[in-house]
Amino acid sequence: MKIISRTFQEISPADFFYRNRDIAGFSNPARAIFSAIRELIENSLDATEPAGILPDIYVRLSFMNGDQNIYVLRVEDNGLGIPADYVPLAFCQFLFSSKYKLKQSRGTFGLGGTMTILYGQITTNKPVKVTSSTGTSKIYEYTLMIDIERNRPVVLDRKIYNNRERWHGTIVEVSIEGDYSKAMPKVLEYLKQTAIVNPYANIMFVDPRGRLYKFERTVKTLPSKPRETLPHPHGIDVETMYRIIRVTRCKTLLDFMREHFHRVGKRTAQRFLKFAGFPEDINPKKLKPDEIVRFVQAMKNFNDFLPPDADCLSPLGEKILKAGILKELEPEFVAVSQRKPSAYAGHPFIIEVGIAYGGKIPAREDITLYRFANKIPLVYDESGDVSWKIVKSINWRKYGLAPGMPFTVLVHICSTKVPWKTVGKEMIADRPEVSREILNGIREVARKLGAYVSKKEKIRREKARLSVFAKYLPKIAEFSTRLAGKKKVPDVGELLRRIRKFEKE
Amino acid sequence: MKKSRGLTTARRKRKEVLVKLERFGHELYEQLEKGLFPQITMPSRSTDNIYYNPELRQYVLGDKKVKRSTRNIRHLRPFTQLVWMAFFTHELTSNQKTSTLRDVFYSAQAYDISFKDQNESDNIITDLETVLGCTREDFNVFPEESSAVFGDLTIEYTVPNYEGKHLNLTSHPDGVMIGPALTSAEFVKTSADKVIAIEKGGLFTRFIEERVHEKFNAILVFLRGQAPRSTRYFIRRLNQELGLPVYIFTDADPWGMHIAMVIISGSANAAHIRELTTPDAKWAGVWASDIINYKLPNDKLKDVDIKRLHELMRDPRYKGELWQREINVFLKFKRKCELEAFSRYGLTHIVDKYLPERLKEMED
Repeated sequence: MKIISRTFQEISPADFFYRNRDIAGFSNPARAIFSAIRELIENSLDATEPAGILPDIYVRLSFMNGDQNIYVLRVEDNGLGIPADYVPLAFCQFLFSSKYKLKQSRGTFGLGGTMTILYGQITTNKPVKVTSSTGTSKIYEYTLMIDIERNRPVVLDRKIYNNRERWHGTIVEVSIEGDYSKAMPKVLEYLKQTAIVNPYANIMFVDPRGRLYKFERTVKTLPSKPRETLPHPHGIDVETMYRIIRVTRCKTLLDFMREHFHRVGKRTAQRFLKFAGFPEDINPKKLKPDEIVRFVQAMKNFNDFLPPDADCLSPLGEKILKAGILKELEPEFVAVSQRKPSAYAGHPFIIEVGIAYGGKIPAREDITLYRFANKIPLVYDESGDVSWKIVKSINWRKYGLAPGMPFTVLVHICSTKVPWKTVGKEMIADRPEVSREILNGIREVARKLGAYVSKKEKIRREKARLSVFAKYLPKIAEFSTRLAGKKKVPDVGELLRRIRKFEKE
Repeated sequence: MKKSRGLTTARRKRKEVLVKLERFGHELYEQLEKGLFPQITMPSRSTDNIYYNPELRQYVLGDKKVKRSTRNIRHLRPFTQLVWMAFFTHELTSNQKTSTLRDVFYSAQAYDISFKDQNESDNIITDLETVLGCTREDFNVFPEESSAVFGDLTIEYTVPNYEGKHLNLTSHPDGVMIGPALTSAEFVKTSADKVIAIEKGGLFTRFIEERVHEKFNAILVFLRGQAPRSTRYFIRRLNQELGLPVYIFTDADPWGMHIAMVIISGSANAAHIRELTTPDAKWAGVWASDIINYKLPNDKLKDVDIKRLHELMRDPRYKGELWQREINVFLKFKRKCELEAFSRYGLTHIVDKYLPERLKEMED
């Protein structure tokens, strides 16, 4: 026993992530730069948009003095700001987050931001500087480090400034080792695609060589806010069940079902308990472990729960998606479609699909696909994604389209629980409910594009047809006049007008 | 000595063609004046509209017509090309200039009329022949290849700068080229009483050297393989205008036979044209039976030769007794030979022995 207790020691979450930083996207210097920028931008978007604030985000990446491998990353937003006392915990302790609730958001648990700070600390041994205000009379500037073994923030310095302008927002400045020159294509791609799904945001990026990339806001409406909801019975596992039982105040299973689960009323609860074989008046805290397992099993197998509501989701909506596509891709034609809400395993989701054609969109050998999950672009591991599989399986010729034509397909999935394929969070898994919606969405926009392309082709052909008449009829008139020995060449204008009229019908 | 029966043939023909071309122009002009999309109707040249006419002893077009309308976008380009072609050949003919098929193809570019290739322009020329019912030589378009004639025939030129000039066709020992000028010339007089047409150049020269034209009182025509249309037309005129019988000598093989046949009965390709054939001309040799009778050096027939013979056997033009007989001899012995094969028995053997025997046989 003694030996065992010495070998197996508890590790802190900070230590755990330190040891497993690959899974959080910090596997190499290029990827680390990409992930750091991405995580902090997403934190900023989550601090603004859900609060009804039009995001202004400024990102600057610069070389640390004299060292080409060490960068200083500064991300500034105009979000709600973080109450002064919470700043150290919010940034320098793992698993602290205001997001541990059930509604759609970009990240969960605020893991990414803290991971970035952790990575910066272990590669440069420099502290992070966080400046924030919630719009009060004061601005707080913290200098922080993470005590990795103990999963605790260490406050090195704290300064307080006057906030005459009542500025609110957060500025994070972190030192980090990386390789921007290798990361650059992905970073720029990420920013462009972020701008597509966040056309209501101003995003500025200054790279280490001082180049400014500006993505300007073109719409002033924000997507509808997600509403917090209770978990749906189909999406519950045993561990979650334990936690809910631990905090519940309900004395009977009937009340317990009605109180803690999404869309469960009295009648549904009664029918379920009858189906599961549990009396209505049992105290949930009295359930034995094997009964809890049986209870969760029954919830999964009961088919009469109402499907989850999509209130907790915050899709872009067709207007915003269209505006984003128009602004960043500048196509000649765009079609978008928001599918009706659906659910997989008790988790609601909405698929939004867009297709953009022509204009500044280049013709590539293969189809270009942009993938998004909860308004985040996915720029890695495209080939493993369910959308890619679907795009490749579609018979585009059926819609009068072909992979060599200049068009881009966009697929956005919103969900309280995105069905990731791997922990890397870059690929969507092939869930039948999800892939069905994606397929139908792409079909819908492909049909619209097909109709546009064929109409355009028809107009082009009609123009070409008319030009053939315009080219030859005058010559026929000229040569037959000369052949007949006449002077006046007959006017073919009327004949050409008749052709045109005929075309219009 | 015979006097030409049709002194004004060439001039009359020229006038006729000009009138036809102008009428074509008027027809289109009037449609345009009425605000109509111009259209024309002409006999179809598709294979299902080509028939053999036993009376005329040539292929002719049936009753099937095709309509070409400028309302139809697919017709528009060839229609324009056709109208231009009519205009251009009218210019040629009225100015008494000539052109070749190749030359026409390039001339079009000066008028911003495009032809993909010469094949396309040749096709339009054939269309114009069909519309007008006359040959391209009538509107002064000639092919590149040319054959020759030699013998006591005096002609009078009608082409500019030579108009009224006379030439006796024995003037040049190589023969006189059957080109545009000779084709449009008038026949003045001749002492010949027959025409001998020869497939091969070597033998044509030998015949001149051996004075065949004097010994046999003949006009010699060098066909140069499959005879060009102008040559076929020339032979026809010799036959029709001067009343001279025509004897054709070719290699003894199915291809040689067919060279003779095209002169006699024409080709399916020229079914839209009359007055190009010489139905009374005779294939005088070399026959398959001559190979045996004259013990000529020979070769084995190849598979393509035998295939061709079977085709000819079913061809309505080959119904005649002589043709069927010779085809059967070919198929029986499976042998062929060339005109030059007579040289095995000395250079003059063909003239001294074969020719008198054959001509006598034919005249009987």
